[in-house]
Amino acid sequence: MRYLLILLVFSLISCKNEREVKAHESASTEVQKSDLEIVDFKGLEKYLSTNTDKTYIVNFWATWCAPCIKELPYFETLNKKYSDKNVEVILVSLDFPHVYETKLKPFIAENNLESKVVVLNDMDSNTWIPKVDKSWSGAIPATLIFNKEERVFFEKAFTYAELEHEINQFLK
Amino acid sequence: MYKLKIFTVIALFMSVISMAQSGYKVGDIATDFSLENVDGKMVSLSDYSQSKGFIIVFTCNTCPFSVAYEDRINALNKKYVSKGYPVIAIMTNNPAASPGDSMEAMQARAKAKGFTFPYLMDKGQHIYPKYGAAKTPHVYVLQKAKKGNQVKYIGAIDDNYQHPDSVNQKYVENAVDALLEDQPIKETHTRAVGCTIKI
Repeated sequence: MRYLLILLVFSLISCKNEREVKAHESASTEVQKSDLEIVDFKGLEKYLSTNTDKTYIVNFWATWCAPCIKELPYFETLNKKYSDKNVEVILVSLDFPHVYETKLKPFIAENNLESKVVVLNDMDSNTWIPKVDKSWSGAIPATLIFNKEERVFFEKAFTYAELEHEINQFLK
Repeated sequence: MYKLKIFTVIALFMSVISMAQSGYKVGDIATDFSLENVDGKMVSLSDYSQSKGFIIVFTCNTCPFSVAYEDRINALNKKYVSKGYPVIAIMTNNPAASPGDSMEAMQARAKAKGFTFPYLMDKGQHIYPKYGAAKTPHVYVLQKAKKGNQVKYIGAIDDNYQHPDSVNQKYVENAVDALLEDQPIKETHTRAVGCTIKI
């Protein structure tokens, strides 16, 4: 009986500890998650048009998309090189929520991404894809370039030269 | 003469653009094919004399969206093969550009996931451009008509790639059910995010 009592006490203690650890873990993931800006399409729409004199390049990508990863450095270079020309790159990640912590955040950190990253999590793709551009099939990479007057959309992977050519059309 | 040359170049350029955007629209007659299955046999639409139509799924091993839909594609075949609409999956990617999509890898995946439908290699990548598949997964529902296999639906499998339990619209099932009941298909064209085809 005594042993049973001791066992009970111990198990209660260990239960309590476990619960504390879990509470602590979930609190820390909350903090980490807040680092990513996760939006639905309504939340993304403000990044898809402008009234200012700025030119925006919005690139849709994901860590699982090989051609996206290949062209990502070009967008980064452009963002740096053209920052004084009122150009801003926004990288819209379409990664799955279960990889936000395990793949997306490490990828952003490892590659020192300086462009703004917004994560789109909106299941109703049949509704939002044509709102980005009527011609878009939904394949990525895809890129939108716009200012307050013009807007062009590309469902393709870029080379740096092609990308620079397109942005220069806007800055003329 | 110079003008003519420019005109020719422009005309050629335009035809290249229109070729790049070509592909079937709803109502078009889809081509048949003869492609190798994971069991080594060649498969054509004309082999299916008893079927009423087909659920053609352009897909691959390596795209996370395709992988997310594997069980649902299997379920589609199980549900509709006996009703006359078998699933035929066609792997679109060039294995040289995407080694995870080799015939061996396709065989391994088909075995591991217990695919109940043919999983064909689009060798030389001649078939998916004719259909106009732009990504994986990309579905074409065909119905047998006098003229051939007519395209009835193009697009996504359903409206939630992440959670099968949270699907609101089963686009492909709705389309095939409508065909089986001889009713008009409400949504004949839908869009979803997918992976580019590796060439």
